[in-house]
Amino acid sequence: MVEKFFQDHERKMPRDSLITSENDSEQDAGLSLQEEHESKTHRTKRRDGDRQKKKRRNERRKGGTRAGEGEEDLQAVSEKRERSKRKRAKSKQETSRRENNEEEEAQLTGGKGTKARKDIRNEKTRRMEKEEVREVEENVDKGKKKQGSTKKGEKKEDGGKQLVKGKAREVKKKKHKKAETSSEPETSEEDDDEEEDNDKDVVRLECLSPEELEKLKEAVDERKKLIQSLRGKPWAMKKKLVTLRESQEFVEKYEGALGKGKGRKLYAYKVLMTKKWMKFQRDFENFKTACIPWEMKIKEIESHFGSSVASYFLFLRWMYGINMILFGLTFGLVMVPEALMGRPYGSMPRKTVPRAEEASAMDFAVLWDFGGYAQYSVLFYGYYNNQRTVGWLKFRMPLSYFLVGVGTVAYSYMVVIRTMARNANESGVGDDNSFNFSWKMFTSWDYLIGNAETADNKFASITTSFKEAILEEQESHKDDNIHLTRFLRVLANFLVLCCLAGSGYLIYFVVRRSQKFALDGLENHTWWERNEVNMVMSLLGMFCPMLFDVISTLENYHPRVALQWQLGRIFALFLGNLYTFIIALMDEINLKRKEEKIVKFNITTWEASLYNGTVSENSTASPVTIHPADVPRGPCWETMVGQEFVRLIISDTMTTYITLLIGDFLRAVLVRFLNYCWCWDLEAGFPSYSEFDVSGNVLGLIFNQGMIWMGSFYAPCLPALNVIRLHVSMYLQCWAVMCCNVPQERVFKASGSNNFYMAMLLVILFLSTLPAIYTIVSIPPSFDCGPFRLAIYYLQSTSKSYREANVELKKKLQMQNEENKRKNKRAALKAQMDLEEARMTAQEQQRNNNASVQDQENDTDIHGSGQRPYQEKYGCNPPPPVGGRGRQMPSSRDPGSRTYNRGNHGPSGYLPGFARQSEPRMYRVPSLQRH
Amino acid sequence: MGTTASQLSKESLSEYQELTFLTKQEILLAHKRFTELLEKHEKDQIDARVSMGKIITLPELKSNPFKERICQVFSTSEQKDGSLTFEDFLDLLSAFSDSATLEIKSHYAFRIFDFDDDGTLDCADLEKLVNCLTGETNDAKLSSTEMKQLISNILEESDIDKDGTVNLSEFQHVISRSPDFVSSFKIVL
Repeated sequence: MVEKFFQDHERKMPRDSLITSENDSEQDAGLSLQEEHESKTHRTKRRDGDRQKKKRRNERRKGGTRAGEGEEDLQAVSEKRERSKRKRAKSKQETSRRENNEEEEAQLTGGKGTKARKDIRNEKTRRMEKEEVREVEENVDKGKKKQGSTKKGEKKEDGGKQLVKGKAREVKKKKHKKAETSSEPETSEEDDDEEEDNDKDVVRLECLSPEELEKLKEAVDERKKLIQSLRGKPWAMKKKLVTLRESQEFVEKYEGALGKGKGRKLYAYKVLMTKKWMKFQRDFENFKTACIPWEMKIKEIESHFGSSVASYFLFLRWMYGINMILFGLTFGLVMVPEALMGRPYGSMPRKTVPRAEEASAMDFAVLWDFGGYAQYSVLFYGYYNNQRTVGWLKFRMPLSYFLVGVGTVAYSYMVVIRTMARNANESGVGDDNSFNFSWKMFTSWDYLIGNAETADNKFASITTSFKEAILEEQESHKDDNIHLTRFLRVLANFLVLCCLAGSGYLIYFVVRRSQKFALDGLENHTWWERNEVNMVMSLLGMFCPMLFDVISTLENYHPRVALQWQLGRIFALFLGNLYTFIIALMDEINLKRKEEKIVKFNITTWEASLYNGTVSENSTASPVTIHPADVPRGPCWETMVGQEFVRLIISDTMTTYITLLIGDFLRAVLVRFLNYCWCWDLEAGFPSYSEFDVSGNVLGLIFNQGMIWMGSFYAPCLPALNVIRLHVSMYLQCWAVMCCNVPQERVFKASGSNNFYMAMLLVILFLSTLPAIYTIVSIPPSFDCGPFRLAIYYLQSTSKSYREANVELKKKLQMQNEENKRKNKRAALKAQMDLEEARMTAQEQQRNNNASVQDQENDTDIHGSGQRPYQEKYGCNPPPPVGGRGRQMPSSRDPGSRTYNRGNHGPSGYLPGFARQSEPRMYRVPSLQRH
Repeated sequence: MGTTASQLSKESLSEYQELTFLTKQEILLAHKRFTELLEKHEKDQIDARVSMGKIITLPELKSNPFKERICQVFSTSEQKDGSLTFEDFLDLLSAFSDSATLEIKSHYAFRIFDFDDDGTLDCADLEKLVNCLTGETNDAKLSSTEMKQLISNILEESDIDKDGTVNLSEFQHVISRSPDFVSSFKIVL
């Protein structure tokens, strides 16, 4: 078992830490041996010999490389030798200093020895650190040469120059060997050594062999890596600083020297660019962090209430970001183009408030309900026109509308899933009970807590969690009365189910009742009856969770499990409510569609009557047109759905804010000030201050978002509303938390629950796109509103009547002609041929003309784009010349083209010669909308 | 602002950015907060020290049960009195910052929990740790049997090589799999 554990440990451990520590210690051990060896034995001669050899070798190397360049460099060589001598002297000094340091270090370790020898494995890490420290101290010492202690001076004299020199050589050589053999990348000594070497190398860089160049390059790269990884090292700042400076110096020195000829320039350029790029990146990072909104606010909350409360605000901010993007999409691609380039308000029936509602269209109550002018505006589906292109940009409105709808959902899916994946990555393995106690011990303190009260709560919760864990551990061996707990749990679940079913039924009942009220007309009902649905939903959302909380005490679950059950139940409750609402909405849609059918039928008969009026009237009379407000129209269920969602959001928002103000703020004020004159301690006792309910708030946020996703296809204004709501929430809740909440006792860890929230969000996203897709796909759109209204459907249904009307027209024209002829004949018989022939012909001609003019007039109205009535009606406001809809149609007599034409204008009330039937009241099903 | 900005030169600022997990703003803020703790005459000294007593009055550390340990771990002072220079302070903030790696966080966490500085967490360390976590009040304290049980449980889980102590690599192994550690081992100014 132990072995298995250990293997496991080996496998999962961040590998490098283990390995490097071992390697380091090995090396360390080797080094220390070597040092000892060196400090105790004085083998001067051999070392001298070594030095000689090395010198010779160096010279030979120099000679060899120089040989090609001729003898004239001889002087230069000697100069260089001089220089290298000087350098060697310097290095000698340094080495001596190093030696001293090492000795000091050795003494230190000796002092500590007994304690430190306890565990070799631990020692390793310590050693590693010490090694590093030593190196740094050395480097520091470089700076303060002169402050060398007297001890050092003695040592120097003691050792003698020769010895030191020789030792330096030996060390250097050994290290060279090591550098060649060991694959261990970062040996501090090696670096040090190389630096000294490189002092020489820089002089004769040109003559370095390729391998050496390679090595140098490697060293430079290592330095760079070191610089990169420096911040991840648990060293003191001073040491890091020194290493950084040194490494930077090194890199700067040799970076430019690397590469040859052209390559060198390129290399230098590259290096320069990477430096610039790094700097830019860092600045950009700084800029980005400066740009994140509410960072300070959230941090403040974080430091007062710990990470769990802050996690709600982070979630809120994240939500805000997503909604910003959704809002940008709908606003930029749908609302603005329609508002700027689409036909203006009042140009067609569906963009005009109907006559019956005109009086109250600007009332605040109506606008608050998103009726009146708000209903007939860009905020809702019905306002959008199905013109293929809009404005001079030829912006394809319906396509854009559709794509934005799809894009909203697709983007949301993408973001949620991506965030989930990232969270899963970050939190890693997570759910694994093998380290239950250790995690409680090592990770349960939230270091962000900066508030004494929160800290006290945290202490208490940690203590209880310890006690619980111990108890659980003990109880896991014996299970008492499992039947009772099982029974209680089943009972609890049964009760919860009853609650859920009851709330669902209540909502359904209420929605049904509200429909009845709507049929009766809302004016004769009270405020409560009008707002029953929303109020009931909000109240259920408020009280059912409390009920669940009470029920869950029956179950006797572990707090964490209990919390998840609780969240799941509330989730189910909200979901049930939402779906009941949707089902009720479906009913309403079906009603609207029935109404629509009737309206459609009425419209055809109405138009026929209009037409009949034209015929019966004399055609020469100027055509009277109808204001679009008077034109009958369908109920447009899409706008109705959009309105319902907007109202729901508004009422939900209001409830949230009001509960915040009353439940938190008022309570806090009362508790605070009544406490001075009350019989018991209000602050510690019963009412106390409220806690910030993270899970409830997160759930609220999630459901709100679900409603946005569901409704935004029918009400493009929803994301905008939500952005406003979230913005206000941010400030309001931040304020409320800071001023009137106390930190919660039940501790809900932030990161572990993050993906739980996200999973719920994903479920909600899925469940909210389902009904939206269902309605879009299965229910035919309204015939006279929105970008996707059923032109063809409408065309088919109306073309028949038009064909009939046309036939009738022809008949009548014929009849008229015949009548004229008959009249002519009669006249001819009546009058004398000779005398009145001229007059007769003139008269006949006139009659004929009359007929043709009339004919022509009808003609223009049929195919001539129907602009005339518009111009007559609104002299200043002719419809835009785009499209030339009528003119595009090849044959004006074709009844289909005529319907198409009319389809574009909506059910038109301006057929020529229509009599003064200005108020075409006809049968309309009373609207179900509550306004 | 002007004086504090002039004290931190551009070079050292960029060096600090290179060496810590902090952003420029955070470093400047840290500098401001740190100089507020200094005496007047110390303000232009580079390696002025602030005593532990002053550091732990910072609201961010005030209610932390490990505040003394944190100061001692990050202090470079020779007297082992837990006093911090500005650079030590930056080290502290860097280790506790949002973007610090799990490795460095766990390293420092280990050193904080290692009360006697001997490189391992033994029973005495663990007991002190439990006492820190459960607070000072007596009624909240665990009984000695509970304490024993707790410590033996912890050792059973984490002490992989069964030597009776938890060493750094064992500690890091346990910590690295915890879902909450990185998010809770944070201190923000």
